[in-house]
Amino acid sequence: MGNYVKLILLGLIAFFALFAANQARDIAYLVNALTIALVAAGMFIWVLRNTDEDRPVVDLSGEYMDGVVRAGVIATALWGVVGFLVGTFIAFQLAFPTLNFEWAQGYMNFGRLRPLHTSAVIFAFGGNALIATSFYVVQRTCAARLWGGNLAWFVFWGFQLVIVLAATGYLLGATQSKEYAEPEWYVDWWLTIVWVSYLAVFVGTLVKRKEPHIYVANWFYLSFIITVAMLHVVNNLSIPVSIFGSKSVQVFSGVQDAMTQWWYGHNAVGFFLTAGFLAMMYYFVPKQAGRPVFSYKLSIIHFWALIFLYIWAGPHHLHYTALPDWASTLGMVFSIILWMPSWGGMINGLMTLSGAWDKLRTDPVIRMMVISLGFYGMSTFEGPMMSIRAVNSLSHYTDWTIGHVHSGALGWNGMITFGCLYFLVPKLWNRERLYSLSLVSWHFWLATIGIILYAASMWVTGIMEGLMWREVDANGFLVNSFADTVSAKLPMYVVRGLGGVMFLSGAIVMCFNLYMTVRRSPAVQTDNSAVPAE
Amino acid sequence: MVKKPQDNHEVETTGHEWDGIEEYNNPLPRWWLWVFYATIAWGVWYTIAYPAWPMISGATQGYLGYSTRANVQTEIEAAEAANAQINERLASVELAAIPGDDELAGFARSAGEAVFNTWCVQCHGREGGGATGYPTLSDDAWLWGGSMEAIHTTVTHGIRNDEDPDARYSQMPAFGRDELLTEEEVVQVVNYVMSLSGEPQDAQAAEVGAEVFEYNCAACHGENAMGMEEQGAPNLTDAIWLYGGDYNALYETVWNSRFGVMPSWQERLSEAEIRAVSAYVHQLGGGE
Repeated sequence: MGNYVKLILLGLIAFFALFAANQARDIAYLVNALTIALVAAGMFIWVLRNTDEDRPVVDLSGEYMDGVVRAGVIATALWGVVGFLVGTFIAFQLAFPTLNFEWAQGYMNFGRLRPLHTSAVIFAFGGNALIATSFYVVQRTCAARLWGGNLAWFVFWGFQLVIVLAATGYLLGATQSKEYAEPEWYVDWWLTIVWVSYLAVFVGTLVKRKEPHIYVANWFYLSFIITVAMLHVVNNLSIPVSIFGSKSVQVFSGVQDAMTQWWYGHNAVGFFLTAGFLAMMYYFVPKQAGRPVFSYKLSIIHFWALIFLYIWAGPHHLHYTALPDWASTLGMVFSIILWMPSWGGMINGLMTLSGAWDKLRTDPVIRMMVISLGFYGMSTFEGPMMSIRAVNSLSHYTDWTIGHVHSGALGWNGMITFGCLYFLVPKLWNRERLYSLSLVSWHFWLATIGIILYAASMWVTGIMEGLMWREVDANGFLVNSFADTVSAKLPMYVVRGLGGVMFLSGAIVMCFNLYMTVRRSPAVQTDNSAVPAE
Repeated sequence: MVKKPQDNHEVETTGHEWDGIEEYNNPLPRWWLWVFYATIAWGVWYTIAYPAWPMISGATQGYLGYSTRANVQTEIEAAEAANAQINERLASVELAAIPGDDELAGFARSAGEAVFNTWCVQCHGREGGGATGYPTLSDDAWLWGGSMEAIHTTVTHGIRNDEDPDARYSQMPAFGRDELLTEEEVVQVVNYVMSLSGEPQDAQAAEVGAEVFEYNCAACHGENAMGMEEQGAPNLTDAIWLYGGDYNALYETVWNSRFGVMPSWQERLSEAEIRAVSAYVHQLGGGE
């Protein structure tokens, strides 16, 4: 019976998507509509073939649902490579503008590829990592199977559809022109549905947990899911120009729009890239180290301090703009008070290793996690510092910001994710161990040196261009033009590109290693049943 | 297996366990807590000292009287006051006298460079290096004249724009498109023009082209093709080309003509700034 409802729904979706494609006002909308029609038609056939077939009824309620986690791990690794590849390419486009090929104008020039890169790494790589690990962690720490049956699969595939629609839209010119919130209105709507389902699966699993308490990682995951939902909805309030076109108009304008955007933008960093990834840290670091978490008190204090303070810090993105001084002050003050709450996570992670420091020598996966915490600590010190108005007057609009973002994104988010993938793959595919620890070491060094090249070169160019922009002569006149800074930056842009090449190579080595782990490593029998810890 | 090291503290765990993970009941690190308190205390002070808390009809202003807008206003006023005297002199002296006056020329060079790097560099390039369609300002070839007076007029009013009735104006006919010349004649005159500063593509055509030139082009470009500054007509014999000197570029120029536009700056820049940038351009290498 359920299948017939599904068939009717899928048929209707395919029909309306084709109708919309026929009416499309622009190419991005057309391609997106055809994609949706194709997906709906494919699912229609798949459901049809499974209808009225006898299937053995197996009670899986006592087992963890790991298929969707496996799919998430594969998606994370693949989207990661795509995102790093595009990032490396656009780094070289900045160094050598001829790479904005004439024949690809309007599709593969820097302006189109840049949001593709940021969305691919943050949402496709980072988002899949968060969804996959949260599904894994919440089951283990609740000793319960994911709630909602196939809803978890809907979340996974729905999220992949968001990525595909957004990515093709960017290349074809659909954008809201809001940084990190570029997808247009219909993609926003779809993501809202997917995200609410995600929340339902997560909370549903928490509710039916067999452990008396909720583990700290799950607080972080939950705050990440709820806050991102709120941020996403408010920042994407917009009215479509036409139901058959991709363009929409924001409901806020001027400085209110800017403030909403950076409230969103900064908390995307705070709740997506910080709270969510701290959740990963809180499970995988103690697991890999085999040690208890350093301090329960610290975890609870820094959690509440972090989520209370982060939400106010957005205005520091808008110092010296049309934003009133008072908002700018508050953004800066909250950013600085945020310093210690951010470091609480680093302390708890690093101190968890006390008593197991020798593992740094023997276990490259732990080494990866430790360096990610190091980069986390560095970025969360650098961030408050850059939010100080006087520092910001030098750093704003320069490459320093780009360097800061990447030491956080590559160092913290990238490295902790790699660590989690190395932990998860043997577990999920029932392998005794990773295929090669020396390849993990290779990955570690390639990525670390790549990040250092990236961050150091961006510090140099960022501070250099900040100083060049403000340089005045004895009469008080500006000495340099914008173009002067552009030509002065070339060598550092090449270094940054090389850093990207190294980071990308490391990720490819990881993919090979993980693939070989699944194919070659000796199998081991693991127990997949949900049993509460004693 | 690595031997499990001894714990160096007596701390208990909380007694809970999740998938094998336990939590120590360690207290908050002292230094962490005190730095946290210190940032909070600093934050409280800072929001009293600076504009911070939104109220019903405005925000608290802070006891230091800080305002980014007031600060930038003060800085601009200070810079203007510091240069007021020399700016006034720059705006009032004889134009031609500026390059000879060391103090004025030095000031105008740095002031003019700042103006140039803000408003002019996008088209005319670093230090007036030029680009296709945008004249090089550092050589001796001038379309509308390279004296202080001539440069000043060009900057003030611009060229072929709609906004300034005093803009310099001239228009080369589109000889091919408007059927003033046949295609054959265009080819001939292009070859002739090429022969003036280099090798024509077709020597025979160039010979005939001389006659076409005399009847159609000499009025503006001159009998000897040396150009005419009153018309903004370029010298065609010096191998300096604004739109390129190869066959195809010249053919395009003669067939469709060109219509280079420069904005008028008198609404956007002060007289002193216009004079400063004129003096800067004048000293780039080709001032007359």
